[in-house]
Amino acid sequence: MAETFLSIQNVRKAFGATTVVQDFDLDVGRGEFVSFLGPSGCGKTTMLRIVAGFEEPSAGQVMIGGKDVTNLKPNQRDIGMVFQAYALFPNLTVAQNIGFGLKVAGVPKAQAEARVVEMLSIIKLPEFGARYPYQLSGGQQQRVALARALAPKPKLLLLDEPLSALDAKVRVSLREEIRSIQKKTGITTIFVTHDQEEALSMSDRIVVMYGGKVEQVGTPFEIYNKPATKFVANFVGTLNVLEGTVSNAQSGRVRIDKKEIAIKSKLNGSKTGDVLSLALRPEAISLGRRPGNDATLSGEIAEVHFLGSVIRVRVNLGNSAVSLDTFNSPAAPPPMVGDKAEVSFKVGDLLVLEG
Amino acid sequence: MRVARIWAWITFGIGAAYFFIPLIATLEFSMRMRRGEYSFDAYRIVLGDERFQATFGYSVVVAIFTILLGVLVVVPTAYWIRLRMPQLRPIVEFITLLPLIIPAIVIVFGYIRMYGSNSPLPFLGSARGTDVLLIIGYATLALPYMYRAVDTGLRTIDVRTLTEAAQILGAGWATIIARIILPNVLIAVLSGAFLTFAIVIGEFTMASLLNRPAFGPYLQNIGANRAYEPAALAVIAFAITWGCMSVIQILSRFAPRSASAPAN
Repeated sequence: MAETFLSIQNVRKAFGATTVVQDFDLDVGRGEFVSFLGPSGCGKTTMLRIVAGFEEPSAGQVMIGGKDVTNLKPNQRDIGMVFQAYALFPNLTVAQNIGFGLKVAGVPKAQAEARVVEMLSIIKLPEFGARYPYQLSGGQQQRVALARALAPKPKLLLLDEPLSALDAKVRVSLREEIRSIQKKTGITTIFVTHDQEEALSMSDRIVVMYGGKVEQVGTPFEIYNKPATKFVANFVGTLNVLEGTVSNAQSGRVRIDKKEIAIKSKLNGSKTGDVLSLALRPEAISLGRRPGNDATLSGEIAEVHFLGSVIRVRVNLGNSAVSLDTFNSPAAPPPMVGDKAEVSFKVGDLLVLEG
Repeated sequence: MRVARIWAWITFGIGAAYFFIPLIATLEFSMRMRRGEYSFDAYRIVLGDERFQATFGYSVVVAIFTILLGVLVVVPTAYWIRLRMPQLRPIVEFITLLPLIIPAIVIVFGYIRMYGSNSPLPFLGSARGTDVLLIIGYATLALPYMYRAVDTGLRTIDVRTLTEAAQILGAGWATIIARIILPNVLIAVLSGAFLTFAIVIGEFTMASLLNRPAFGPYLQNIGANRAYEPAALAVIAFAITWGCMSVIQILSRFAPRSASAPAN
């Protein structure tokens, strides 16, 4: 990570008796794009609002660029923010909206106008300066909101679920645009979302939150492939959870549905008889035996879902079941419900879940 | 369906007749000053009367200051209640309704007792001071209308998010209210302003008991002593009110449209 630019230290926030954020610690490097990911009510937006200055933390500190801003008002923090509901000023044109922060800051008119033109070209709406917000689509409004936030060249950019009010197609194109503008400007950015795909595709690092606490901080690769807790594993991506009983701790053998497999390296001190939650991503499981896969389980095909390029198959394994994805091939017919099937995987892909 | 439509038109016709017949009768009567023919003599006399011009001019000036005072008090209050203290809304709404419950005569007697020339705030010690007291009194009388108009206007915008968006861009409270909130509730403020104007122009009790040369006491005086001129004045008053309503309608076309329902 580059030099720390934003530092959130031991932040706690309570509304009356309800604690919504607890023990939040995070250092964000200069120019880094960090996402706060979690379900509704996990405290991610509250944490973002604390950084913005709209909420006062009950305890802890927020430092930006080495300066303690915990007690500064939002208009003294030099932060740009994009809101979920666009929040463009309806009485101002697009150009006036973008130039609002510059005008408030007392930037000379000619300089401000040049900056507005530059921002309009960055968001690819150079002809839209004279329009009013109600004359724009949702995606265009959000791009204007982004330009407005970036125009005064803030030190930090906060994005509060900026894509959730948009339709799926616009969401995908806009997230690419946001990321590319962020890279171009090099601005340190915090992005709040409940959409794992957005977080995984856009972020340098992800902070997964649940119940007001940080569950895991890591790169998208780490969060997806090495989830630290059961919650992260379940929340990020699709997961098959199998229950296994340690049959011989010494030799590292675990029994899953009457079949024993060796996972010695993953036992982490479990004792014989302990019950473990073992997780596998659908893409880590193959239908049938495959070279390189060192574990095999037998079962019966319970469901087949044709999803276009991919076919999702659910296989019953006695007391448990797994879902796996196979690529659609026009030459090979899809498996049939009721067929006997074997599934294979690499033991190395098994995740032993904690917490 | 057809029967329902007929009944709707009958109901509309009765309502319109109830409203228009007295108005037409008043108009017709106001034009009968000359025997045997219609004329605008009553209007000529009223509009040419120096007292009409003086009292109407005085009331217009008082109305303008009342509107300014009302806007300065009500807009920040309604905004703050909506933004930070929504739990106080029922209390504030009750307070703003009090002028409808307490008669103007009670308020003005309270003023006379409180602000006499021997009191610590001797508003009544000078003509200008009495004018100020009259403006404050009128702002109080107009409070129910002004507050409701502004509050309804604030309901149509996302006050909290717009405030936060402006704050994060560096704006202070004065900038937020003057450049973001007020322009977005301008039509609502204008509605309140015209209602205030209508109240001030016709108000009698306060102006009379505070002995100010306002239009209300002049209307009463003319009504008690002349035959055709009061009818002409009533028609003029209607014309002014309708003019105000037309202005509201025209201005509402220029109101900033909500951004929450964007084009596709």
